[in-house]
This record gives sequence, structure tokens and C-alpha cells, in this order.
Amino acid sequence: MDDFERPVLAVRNINKQYGQGCVNCRGSKGEGLLKNYCPVCGTVYACRDISFEVYAGEILGIVGESGSGKSTMMECLYFDQEVSSGEAYITAYKGGKTNVFKESSQQKRYIRNHLMGKVYQNPLMSLKMNFSSIGNIAEKLISAGNRNVGQMKVRGEELLEHVNIPVYRMKEAPKNFSGGMQQRVQIAKALSNNPPLLLLDEVTTGLDLSVQASVLDLIKSIQRQLKISMIIVSHDLGVIRMLADRTLVMLDGQVIEQGLTDQILEDPQHGYTQRLVQSLL
Amino acid sequence: MEEILVVQDLTKSFIIHNLAKHIEALHDISLNLKGGEFVGITGKSGSGKSTVFKCIYRTYVPRNGQIWYNSQKYGFVNLAELSERQMIYLRKHEIGYVSQFLNIMPRTTARELVKQAVLEMGSGEDYANIEAQRMLEHFELDKELWDCYPGTFSGGEKLRLNIARAMVKRPRLLLLDEPTASLDHASKLKVRELIEQLKREGTTMMGIFHDLEFMENLCTRVYTMHDGRLQDFQI
Repeated sequence: MDDFERPVLAVRNINKQYGQGCVNCRGSKGEGLLKNYCPVCGTVYACRDISFEVYAGEILGIVGESGSGKSTMMECLYFDQEVSSGEAYITAYKGGKTNVFKESSQQKRYIRNHLMGKVYQNPLMSLKMNFSSIGNIAEKLISAGNRNVGQMKVRGEELLEHVNIPVYRMKEAPKNFSGGMQQRVQIAKALSNNPPLLLLDEVTTGLDLSVQASVLDLIKSIQRQLKISMIIVSHDLGVIRMLADRTLVMLDGQVIEQGLTDQILEDPQHGYTQRLVQSLL
Repeated sequence: MEEILVVQDLTKSFIIHNLAKHIEALHDISLNLKGGEFVGITGKSGSGKSTVFKCIYRTYVPRNGQIWYNSQKYGFVNLAELSERQMIYLRKHEIGYVSQFLNIMPRTTARELVKQAVLEMGSGEDYANIEAQRMLEHFELDKELWDCYPGTFSGGEKLRLNIARAMVKRPRLLLLDEPTASLDHASKLKVRELIEQLKREGTTMMGIFHDLEFMENLCTRVYTMHDGRLQDFQI
């Protein structure tokens, strides 16, 4: 097995539930559930047995309707939420032999800062709106152990330039920026410590089409230049078609179908995927 | 020559859930390709020619049957069951596919489009530039158009670009899905010339054509398809 077939991230049976579960739903494989919700005790099963791999330099797309658990899964991977059960292995972390969910919070912070970057749909989630843009990036560099102000400034400028933020606006706070620019600052922040894996959660949703295009072009050029692996969550099939090599389709907290992107779009197997593809304009 | 592709009892059906329909597209297709051969497929539209190609290229998931491909990297593999990651490798390096329609990447110029195909294989920037230029020159695409977006091209120009993109990789197995359908005579001859050149270089090819004249003296064998079934056919 060469590098091409070695996963950067391997996820095994992630489960995330809100609630204790009851006799009706606990341990069931979906029978007795209403979508992903137990009508008896009100437990929500946001992710059920999700497994997948992400390979080096690959873009994995995840599509699914709202409430299907895409974002929950991403939050679990970035340790924003704790998983109920499941395993994840990152090759760059201890050779991929350790389940990262079982690590201490200190180690998790290390992984978050060094091995992953995340771009949220809402820039408020990752940017401090009143800090300067370059300060936002410095924050991530500091949490990764950088202390040299001069170096951080150079790196910050380099990153912001990379995402097309003009030099004279780098000291401005992101609250003054447009949605597309805020998204680009987020991307720069996520890239600051050269992570091997980038998580993108609905990055283009809510942006107008031309700005969407510029963000997508940026993502594509980053992927080509830096050969970073990415997971892109979107409900926009156009985004997935343009960027993703492989695609997972999620419904009610489960992965119902996965395959090469053109196969998912041209020959969808599951009823839901077929409906989804038919809805494409 | 040894075999490059052996298809055994390939069956494909489409199940359309919301219409509760079951469409049988292919019935027990068996064929084989030896190295360096050029096999043509002809038949009425809707008879399943493209479906065969798409099954080989894994755009469609075969319902049944095996597609054995002799890969340079993996040896004999069954494309119907190969892992997605390995399939991506084969698509990038060994199997080319020219579809009837150009899959346009938005905001990518013609030159970039061809260049990307070379870069995907892991070549350097300079080499990719040279190769892209050579290919665009060969297909006599107007120099003015090289740095334009293909969305605005005419049908013939798009198609030439499409073929250039697939051929620049010098794939081991090339699937041509009606590459000459909307071309004028001069462009057809260009495509033919290139196919002949690839043939000399030892590329194994399979093509769908309606134009029997075009296939003459080019194909080593011709199959014809009828209602999802394959029949032998000689010119």
C-alpha cells in the first residue's frame, strides 16, 4: 500500500446522541425511530455509525438535507462536541494508531491546532470580530506555540495575501469585511499551521454567487498548491460536483450512499439521493 | 498481445424509486480487448452503448458481472469491485474517457483545463505547459481561444478540447464516446489522425461511432448493440 491509498483520516462508527435513550430505541438499528428521533423518550440520534476515510490530497464531499447530521459529525471531528461512541485515527498523529477521541483535552487541543483547520458557515464561530484580521491569525499561531511577533506578522501577511485580502486592510477587524472576505480570513486562519486536513462546513452558503465563486476558486487553488485533504459539507450539489472526488450522502444521521462524485450524480442508488439529484437545477 | 480488458456477463439496470420503475439497460455483455486494439461499437441510440462505457469508467455501478482490467499498477483488477480510491488512480493515470459533452469547470480556461489533466498525473508545471500547448496546437484550436473560458466555445471547439484533455494523458485505455458526433469533416480527419497516432503508440481504444465510414480501416473489430445486447458485426 503506497501513500496514495493510505488514509489521512479514518473514522469508524461515530455515534452521537442527544438524550439517554430508552427501551424502545437503545441498541436498535433504526427500527422504532421516527427519522432519527425516538418518539417514546425524545432522544435524537444525530449520527449513527458513520465510517469513512479521507485520503491524501483528496476532497471528500458530504451532502444531505438539513438535520441529517452533517455538521454534528464535523463538530465531533473537530472536538467541538463529544462523540457518544466511535473512533477516529489521524495518520499524522502517532502514526494513526491512536483513537483521537480517547485522548486528553490537551492532546485534542494539539490536534486541533496543528493537524486540522476548520472553516465554519458562520464566521462568528471562529473569528473574533473585534480583533484585527492579522490578530485573528496570530491567535491560532500563538496557540500552536509561536511566540516570535516578527515571524507571526510575516506568516500572517503571507496567509492573508494568499487568500487575496489586500495588505492595507490586514489590520482591519473582520466585522468591517463582507461575508466573502470574512470567509477568506477564516480560511487563512484555518491554514495557519499547515494542517494536513481541512474541514469546511457550508462555507459558501449565504454568499452571493460571484463571491461563492471566488471562495470556491480559492479552495480549489489551495487544494492544488498545498495538496491538503479536505472534507466539504454542503447541500449545494454544484459545489460538490465542482470540488469533490468522492461523496457521501447522509440522511437521518446515517451514511446511505457513498461513491465517486460523478457516480453519485449520474447513477444514484438510494431513493433519497435520486430525489436530491433530480432537484438539481 | 495480452488482454487489457475482459468484460464478463455485465448487467446493468436502473431502479428509479419514485417512479417505481426498473429499467434493464444491459444484458450479459461480454467482450474483450487485447493490447493495442481499437474496437468500435455501433448501434441505435438507447441501445446501451454509452452505458457499457460508463460501467467500465464506474460512472455507473454495474448490477452484475465482472470487468477485468489489466492495470500497470495493480495487475488484473475487477473494475466493478475496485475501491473508489484505486478507481480514482486509474482514472487519473490509465483510463481516459471522452464523453459526448464537455464537462466544463467554471472559470477555467481551455489551457488550464488541459494542463490540469497533466498535473493530475503528478507532472511538473513546465512539462504540463508544454504538453497542453502541443495538444491545443495539434487540434488547431484558435490561439485566441486558449485563454478563454470554454463555456463560450462552439460545439466543435468544445469537443476538440474534450478530446485534447483526455488524450494529453496518453492513457493505456481510452474510451471514446462519439468523439466525432458534431465535428466538421476537417476536424474529423484531425481526430482520426490522432487516433491513428495513438494506435501506433500502442494505446488500446474503444469507441462509439455512428459513422461507418470513419470506422473503416481504423477498427480491428466492430460490435453492434441492440436493446442492451452485444452482437458481433463485421463491416
